[in-house]
Amino acid sequence: MTDITRIARQFIEALPHAHALGLVLEAIGDGRADLSMPYDPRLIGDPATGVIAGGAVSALMDTASGAAVMCHPAGPVSTATLDLRIDYMRPATPGQTIRARAHCHHVTRSVAFVSVTATDDDEARPVAMGHGAFTVDRAR
Amino acid sequence: MSDPRDAILRGLTEGIPYLRFLGIRFDRAGDELTSVLPFSPMLIGNPLIPALHGGVTSAFLEFTAIVGLVWSGLGEGVAPQALPKTIDLTIDYLRPGQARDAFARARINRSGRRYASVHVEAWQDSPERLFAQGTGHFLMPEMGARG
Repeated sequence: MTDITRIARQFIEALPHAHALGLVLEAIGDGRADLSMPYDPRLIGDPATGVIAGGAVSALMDTASGAAVMCHPAGPVSTATLDLRIDYMRPATPGQTIRARAHCHHVTRSVAFVSVTATDDDEARPVAMGHGAFTVDRAR
Repeated sequence: MSDPRDAILRGLTEGIPYLRFLGIRFDRAGDELTSVLPFSPMLIGNPLIPALHGGVTSAFLEFTAIVGLVWSGLGEGVAPQALPKTIDLTIDYLRPGQARDAFARARINRSGRRYASVHVEAWQDSPERLFAQGTGHFLMPEMGARG
């Protein structure tokens, strides 16, 4: 693990809500960030099936997206979500870790554009996909 | 004094672990239902501001829409067997969520037999000053069958 990944991991995993969700930073760099969220009964949205709540999946995807913006070579010092649209394709399989892969594919002076995909163990069939616009705060 | 809708709503929501995890509750005043997200330090995303995590805001609005849909159905005498499922959700973050309680209400723009479109607004100090809004589409549960 590189120093940058280690520092980013400490930073992200220390964010109070990311910590509460049990998020783990798997990889980061060059406008891309992969985060995982191990299965946790506290995050169940449908007690009849044990499926994780869509809201928890969106929190994972939002965090991965913000991390992708922060590690873009344009070097923003801070970012915040402007908007995020998420399509929920299927329920995540209960018991499996959910992984979000975010890619910050374009950055202007003020805005970063991100796409993000969430999968469980069956990576060929995404659980959810999202597109977002984020603020870019640059050092003065 | 007590409304039969309260018990149905409680039955559908109180067993949901993720609602308890976030601390979300639903307050009824007459026919109007307001979701309440009491502040807790674990809801913070960025400790430097400090601001509510965008994912928390998103989850709060999503549950407000889902429960708002169930609530409007109850008003028409329909008690669902399951909760509506989210098809898509777009959240518009207008300003940072501050480290205090948040409130939200849903407006059902269309509710058909299979699909529904819902708009949700969230505020902290005044409903005139929203910190987030959202629009989502939802798949309605089939009547008489679970799931």
